Amino acid sequence: MTSDESGERTGAGLAGVDPALRRELEALIEARVEAAVEARLGSALEAKIAGEADAQLVARVHALEGLIGDARARLEAVEAKGELERVSILVFSGDMDRLISAFIIATGAIAMGCEVSMYFTFWGLTGIKKKTVYADKSLPERMLAAMLPGGASSLGTSRMNMMGMGPALFRSLMRKHNVESLPDLIGLAREMGVKMVACQMAMGVMGIRREELIDDLEYGGVVTYLGDAIDSKVTLFI
Amino acid sequence: MPIVRLSQAMRKLTAGDVITILADDPAFRADLEAWVRRFGHTVDSFENPEGRLQRAVVTKNS
Repeated sequence: MTSDESGERTGAGLAGVDPALRRELEALIEARVEAAVEARLGSALEAKIAGEADAQLVARVHALEGLIGDARARLEAVEAKGELERVSILVFSGDMDRLISAFIIATGAIAMGCEVSMYFTFWGLTGIKKKTVYADKSLPERMLAAMLPGGASSLGTSRMNMMGMGPALFRSLMRKHNVESLPDLIGLAREMGVKMVACQMAMGVMGIRREELIDDLEYGGVVTYLGDAIDSKVTLFI
Repeated sequence: MPIVRLSQAMRKLTAGDVITILADDPAFRADLEAWVRRFGHTVDSFENPEGRLQRAVVTKNS
C-alpha cells in the first residue's frame, strides 16, 4: 500500500497522508488539471475562430473583387458610350415650322460630332411621307389619307397657316434668308447620317403604309426610342 | 447653316489645313466659336462680324 504504488494514483498514494496536506495537494492537482484543460480548449477554440475568420475574410474579398470587376466593366461601358455623344429627337408634330426646327437641330448636332436619331410618330409621320396610297385601306384610313398632307413639301405651319398661305410665305422668306427648305433639310440629314425611325404603332393607327414613307427608314416602337433616349445627352420632343 | 456645311467640308481636310468660310447667318460668329471650342480648331481671322456677309478663316487642329 506504500512504495510500489505509482505516485500518480493520487487517491491511493495519498491515503496515508495527513488529511490537511492531502486536501491541499488535491486542490493543487485540480487547479493544474483545470489549467491544462482550459489551455487546450482555449487554443482549440482560438484556432477554430481564426479559421472561420479567415474563411469569412476570403469570402468577402472574393465578393469585393467581384463588385470591383463589375464596376470596372460598367465604367468601361459608360466611357465607351461617352466617346460618342448622342442626341435623340421625338418628332410628334407635323407642322412645317416645328419640323424645320427638328431637322436644323439634328443636322447641327451631327456637325457638333454627335450621333443623332429621330423618331417620327403621329403627325410627325406626315413629314417623312413621299406619297399617298389609297389602295387596300379601310374607309376611315382612306379618309385620313385624303386629309393628311402628302409629304414634307405640303405641310402647314403651327401658327398663321391661313389655308396654306402661311407656309408659302414662310418658304419665300426662308429662301430669301438662305435657309434650306424642309425637303432639303431632310435630304441633308439623311446624307449626314441621321438615323430616322418611323413609329409602327402610329403607322398602324393612322393606316400609313411603308410604301408611303421615304426609303431607307428604320421601323420601331417606344422601346426603340427609349433605348436611344436613355443613352442620349440631349433628347427633345417636338 | 454654315456650321453644318463647314463640318462637312472639314471632314475632307487633314490637321493643319486652312479653310475660308463665307456666311450670311447672323449667328455665324457665336456658332463658330462654340464649334471650334468643341473640336479644338483655331479661328485665324473673322472679317465683317457686324455685316451681312462674314468671312472666317479656320485652321484644322485634329
